[in-house]
This record gives sequence, structure tokens and C-alpha cells, in this order.
Amino acid sequence: MRQARIAAGGRPVRAMPVDEATLLPWDGARALGEDEFMWQPAITGTVYGTLLNFKGALAAMGDSVNAAPYQAPPAGPILYIKPANTLAAHGSDVALPPGQDTLEIGAALGIVIGRRATRIDAARAADYIAGYTVVSDVSVPHASYYRPAVRHKCRDGYCPIGPWVTAREQAGNPDALTMVVRINGEERQRNHTGNLLRPVAQLLADVTAFMSLEAGDVLLAGVPEGAPLARAGDTVEIEIEGVGCLRHRVVAAIGETA
Amino acid sequence: MRTARVAFDGLIHGAQPAGEGALRLDDGRVVSEDAVTWLPPLAPRTTFALGLNYADHARELAFKAPEEPLVFLKGPGAFIGHRAHTIRPEGVKYMHYECELAVVIGSTARGVKAAQAYDYVRGYTVANDYAIRDYLENYYRPNLRVKNRDTCTPLGPWLVDRDEVPDPMNLALRTTVNGKLTQQGNTRDMIFGIPWLIEYFSSFMTLEAGDVILTGTPEGLADTQPGDEIVTEIEGVGRLVNTIASATGYGSVR
Repeated sequence: MRQARIAAGGRPVRAMPVDEATLLPWDGARALGEDEFMWQPAITGTVYGTLLNFKGALAAMGDSVNAAPYQAPPAGPILYIKPANTLAAHGSDVALPPGQDTLEIGAALGIVIGRRATRIDAARAADYIAGYTVVSDVSVPHASYYRPAVRHKCRDGYCPIGPWVTAREQAGNPDALTMVVRINGEERQRNHTGNLLRPVAQLLADVTAFMSLEAGDVLLAGVPEGAPLARAGDTVEIEIEGVGCLRHRVVAAIGETA
Repeated sequence: MRTARVAFDGLIHGAQPAGEGALRLDDGRVVSEDAVTWLPPLAPRTTFALGLNYADHARELAFKAPEEPLVFLKGPGAFIGHRAHTIRPEGVKYMHYECELAVVIGSTARGVKAAQAYDYVRGYTVANDYAIRDYLENYYRPNLRVKNRDTCTPLGPWLVDRDEVPDPMNLALRTTVNGKLTQQGNTRDMIFGIPWLIEYFSSFMTLEAGDVILTGTPEGLADTQPGDEIVTEIEGVGRLVNTIASATGYGSVR
């Protein structure tokens, strides 16, 4: 089953099942047309990202991981937070900062937590996963991972998420999903969650060893190497096999034209 | 006004001070402060934390004072209330407290100028932002494994309204470990002060009511061991008590 959060007909935001035939929210009588509702961010919890969890992303760092300022490859999972102000809906516009030409599009599988997870065993991880969603972890490009990148990753709307949550049982093996990024319809990136350094269950175990995740929180499995850049006017699509296809645009900074 | 959130007699209540050692619950009952379980005085939404924001502490850690603030975020799960236990993991060498003034945002703030920044502040509380230095790595440093651990950010006891703290940039901070003074400072020594920080954050993101800014800690850090009672205190804001527990003692070793 797939579930979306939408606003429709002047009623408060609510969760709706998605009709598999039309991929639109289902109000109990029929599928709602695109002009009858507004997509909302698919989740309401906290979004935690994972740095360098694709084998190719770590390999792309080369020997720099052993040089200053890093001094060693990552040991524990390296996490960051996409705070509440970054959450955005399927179909949203992401604004460039003033004076910036490009944004980096970090395609990520979002692991949606189903119940509080503290110090879980990897073998039981599935019990804590409600489902999966598609996340565009948008960043102002930054070369250094030494300091937290709040100014680059936490701007308003920099975390489109959705269009829906696909139930765990329906998505299949989360470590065997093809991920594709298209910009203006052209394929710009293709990777596979089989390339995760920490597969989904292990990542959940390693993270919840020191911090609890709550129902509705989302843990990003990682962003593949070679994240594409998008410019004002571009339409971005991130498709994850069996989960969904998230679409958003990149637009000029307020007060600037593309 | 100053308000707390406590659990008592099977319910969560708002509470206010009612004389020495007593609280008045929202339903009118007056209870001993020892009879309640203290919760964080609010459930923070987005939490910003400043590293190296006191000139003396930056010197202590052998860094030059930053030109741009060193900011990291915390999730809502890191917080616990007054008089609770914080876990020291097995086998770590250095776990230190950090006494910090916490600024609670009261209304939506976007593009706010420093001169108006206090209009967007609801109030203040005390945070103890523990860090486990063994887990430091040089990626998004200090990372969540150091700074976002369950139980490792005591917050409270009170949320003190802004108007009760006329000059938040001139407050004495102090920490004691088992009664011995180990850390002392004053908020006037912040490198990036409260109005500057609100202007900075609101220049690139929208702040909302319930967001919290932990403004950093002065010099005087020390290791803490299971059984230690750590008191972080800020003049006019509160006195936050916390006790370190071993992972075994806490019951967390399976």
C-alpha cells in the first residue's frame, strides 16, 4: 500500500491511500484529479541524512580521507539533520540562494520509521520500518565535509519528500533498488542501493545504537557519488524502483530571474 | 513567568514555582519538587547548537575563534529533563558537560534584523550539552554520535519568559561536579551573541516557535564519571541537575 499526505477541499492535511492504477490519492469514492488537491511532505518526523554511505561516494574521496582535515575514513555512521523548515512536497519549487547558479541534487532512499527504535538488532530492523519514500536532499554545493553544512543543506524547502510512503512489504528488498535521477527528462545519474556501505538494516542498527528514532522519522540511506547539479528552471525527477518518483523544480532566488 | 513540564500522579502537567522546593501544578495542586518527574520544559522543534562560541573555550580547545559560527543541529530525541540520568557509554575516556544558555524562539522569524531579534524570543532555559570526545571524527564535526545521543542533553528546569531576563547577554554561568566548581563564565563573552545569531539563522531559513538555540559554553570542561552529580546553572534562568549513569547501571547492556 502507498500512503500520501494531502490537503484538499479546505480540509486539514490528512493521509490518503494512493490508487495504484492512477497514482493519485483516493478519497474512498474515487481518485482525486491533480487539480483537486495539494501534495504535502509525505512524512512529519525528523529527517536524518547519512554521509558517504555509498561505496562509490567514499571511493570518490580517494586518498583525501587520510589527509587533513579528515585524517581517517569515517568510522561510525556520519549523520546530519534536514530540519522541519526543509521539508517540501512533491511538485514543489526549490529556490536558489541569491548569487548561486546551481544546487546539488542528492537522491536518497528514505527509510520511514514505524515505531520507536532504540538499540535494535539488524536482524529485527524490518519490524521498525513502516516503509520507504523518495527524498531529494538538496544542497548548496560544498567541497568540504569537515564542518556541519547547515547553511548549505538546511534552507527552506531543501528536502522535497514523497510523493508517498510505500509500505515495506510492497517495496521489497531495500538493498536492491535502482535509483535514477533525471533533469528535464534526461537521465543524469543511475545507481543502486546494492552499493550501500551499510545496508539498510545495518544502518538502522548502527544509528539506533546511540540515538532513538521515532515513528514518522526518516533515515536517508545515503546519496550516491556524482550528485547532479540543477539550475533555475530545471525539473528534477528522482525515481526509486518500487517506491516512487519524486518531482520538483529548481527556481531562481526570490527577486532574481532565471 | 517561569513554567515547567512535569509528570505527576499519572499525568503530564504544566507547573510553576510555589515557594522553596514546591511546585504548583496547572490543576492547582501544590507538590514537592522531589515528588515529580521533570520533563524538558518544552519539546524542541529544530535545535541549533553553537560550537566554540566563547572566546575562552575556543582558546581552551586550541582553535582560533571562528569567523563564521560553527553550528550543528540536534534531533528532538536527545533531550531529557531536570534531575534525570545521562548515560556514559562503556569504555570511553572523555565525556564532558557543557553549560549553555538555551534561547527559545516564540514566533515565526524570517529575515529578522538583530535590532528586532528579541521580539522573536519567547524565553530562556538551561541546557547541558554533553559531548563524548572519543567519538569525534572529522566529518560534519562534531557529528551526531558525539552530540545527539539519547539522554545526553538535559534541558530545564524552567522555561523563563523573556521579560524576566532583561539582559540575557550578561548572565553568569557556572557548573559544579559533586559540589565542586569546575566551570565559570558569562554570556557577555559569546563570540556570536543572541541577536546576531537570530539574524544569521533567519537570513537563510525560517525559524518557528519552539525552535531552540544552544548558544555555546565557556571554558572549564572536565570528564564526568558514573555517579557524578553535575549542576549547570545560569543566573536568573535556572539550576539544572543531572547525574551520570554507567551504561550497565542504566540497564542498557543487553
